[in-house]
Amino acid sequence: MTVMPAPDEAANTSRTQTRKDKARPATPEDSAPIMRRVKTKLTSRWATAAAVIIATIWTVPTFGLLVSSIRPAAKQVGPRSDGWWNFFADWDFTFKNYVDVTAAAGSQSANLSQYFVNSLAIVIPVTVFVLVLASMAAYMFAWGNFKGREWAFIIVFALQIIPLQMALIPLLTLFTQVLQIPPGSYTQLWIAHTMFGLPLGIFLLHNFISEIPGEVIEAAKVDGADHTTIFWRIILPLSVPALASLAIFQFLWVWNDLLVALVFSGGTADVAPITQRLAEISGTRGNKDYLNPAAAFVSIIVPLAVFFGLQRYFVRGLLAGGLKG
Amino acid sequence: MEFLGGKFLQVFIALAVFAALIGLIMLIVDRAPKSVKDRLTIVGFLAPAVILMLVGLVYPAVQTSILAFTNASGQPNGADNFVWMFTQPEALVTLRNTVIWTVLVPLLSTGFGLAYAVFIDKARGEKVLKALVFMPMAISFVGAGIIWKLVYDYRGPGIEQTGVINALRVMLGMDPKQFLLDAPENTIFLIIVMVWIQTGFAMVILSAAIKGVPMELVEAARLDGANAWEQFRNVTVPGIRGSLVVVLTTITIATLKVFDIVRTMTAGNYDTSVVANEMYTQAFRAGEPGRGAALALILFLLVLPIVVYNARVLRQQREIR
Repeated sequence: MTVMPAPDEAANTSRTQTRKDKARPATPEDSAPIMRRVKTKLTSRWATAAAVIIATIWTVPTFGLLVSSIRPAAKQVGPRSDGWWNFFADWDFTFKNYVDVTAAAGSQSANLSQYFVNSLAIVIPVTVFVLVLASMAAYMFAWGNFKGREWAFIIVFALQIIPLQMALIPLLTLFTQVLQIPPGSYTQLWIAHTMFGLPLGIFLLHNFISEIPGEVIEAAKVDGADHTTIFWRIILPLSVPALASLAIFQFLWVWNDLLVALVFSGGTADVAPITQRLAEISGTRGNKDYLNPAAAFVSIIVPLAVFFGLQRYFVRGLLAGGLKG
Repeated sequence: MEFLGGKFLQVFIALAVFAALIGLIMLIVDRAPKSVKDRLTIVGFLAPAVILMLVGLVYPAVQTSILAFTNASGQPNGADNFVWMFTQPEALVTLRNTVIWTVLVPLLSTGFGLAYAVFIDKARGEKVLKALVFMPMAISFVGAGIIWKLVYDYRGPGIEQTGVINALRVMLGMDPKQFLLDAPENTIFLIIVMVWIQTGFAMVILSAAIKGVPMELVEAARLDGANAWEQFRNVTVPGIRGSLVVVLTTITIATLKVFDIVRTMTAGNYDTSVVANEMYTQAFRAGEPGRGAALALILFLLVLPIVVYNARVLRQQREIR
């Protein structure tokens, strides 16, 4: 959840990183320490070997899942089953598992395409809500002119220490009994996720927005711009990198969440996200166990794509602000 | 694919309503008379987020604290829930497991992450190596649970093993093992999953911190005759102390709240439950909201000092600068 509000340090490191990247084809204007770093790099074979071993250990489990997911049922369960590594001896592969988990009809089916759509339907609005509301609040905490601004912001920061678990029971009562939000719609999940995402969202964006030079905002004020104009025309366009980082975080948390879904979704195919379905089908031992790898891979494919596609923003956000627990 | 239509419509309506609300706020503050405009703008910008946080976090936290002192039918029962927590064997196992988790996961993740960060700093193909270890961060805990169930898979002795570790055990002449069933060591095998996920986080933060340590200092130590280990021990580690604290505390907090891994892999059976999982089980499965709330309160009290410490270290660092 917390916290690395050392933007200058993060900025420094990212600067060295880009410089180092450029330094690979060693150009003359590179400074001496970087040249030295490049030299030590080339000499350390042991470090490379150790790193490769660790990386292999870290990757094998996921790789095993991928291979298992394309092996026929008989190879995964039953008397003729064997380990996924035997795939490289028999090359016996099928996409039937994927078809079964996504498209097969009937109550016995995993029916993942429905839950996949649910996940998207939950995550997209929540990301939009959090980005807009958090950036509005962060702007006021950074540049609004009101009494007790600092204190109010510290309180918002402190809200991050409330574990999700503390909010669940009363919030469910509030949603179902007081507000009477009908079950079987996404509304409860949207609102709950937005509430839980706001403190860190505000904190991350505040770090960034408060670093925008005051002259820019003063100049706009002199030109007659009010808060609304400054926010939409200046703050938001300048904050795109921070917004991108927050959007990725928010997307991954909500997509990967299980706890909030279990409490607020009701568990039907109309609303429940893919993680919840995955937990369900993997929890019931049965003759469909061979479908678990394919099902798991369907659910992690989107976060993996987001992660590999936008890794740069993800790392930047991590370094600049923190991580929700 | 008829279900798509209805779901798409729901999302569309939600986004439209939200856009309308934000538009309304902007319109009101825009049209407000000059005298109150500034103040109204501030309120308009802050109100939605503040109200949501009050209703979604502050109010429930207070409610939960009260609920922790009531029984299953909502009657006040003093400290009974806490007595239950600290006396009943099954609750004590939960507390013991939580302690094991919060000691081992931060230490192991940070240790591996730091070692790996040092290795790749001097290795070729740094980017790819980094991405491979960082990747589990993007995978859901549920997904990770399934991935590792496969790794720990068990078949009876004499049958072809399907799990990597049991296959290795058999190859080395050992008996296959039911990793998730045999208490108490099954908790360790669940912890490994969390370490697998968190190491990438530690590595990314520490790798950036290591690159921030001035090369001149390391070089000076080298010229003074320090070997690689001494350079690391006396220059690098003190240079990244702040980041180490952040990584350790962040992972500790994440570990205290861990729920999904236990839920997916054992559902808390076979003596593997932890506070966050037991909280869910008691409140939403066993019909004991009071006990659930008491466990949530304990979770809060455990997280609190870590966050305060973390915030203090960060403030001191800022002042030094």
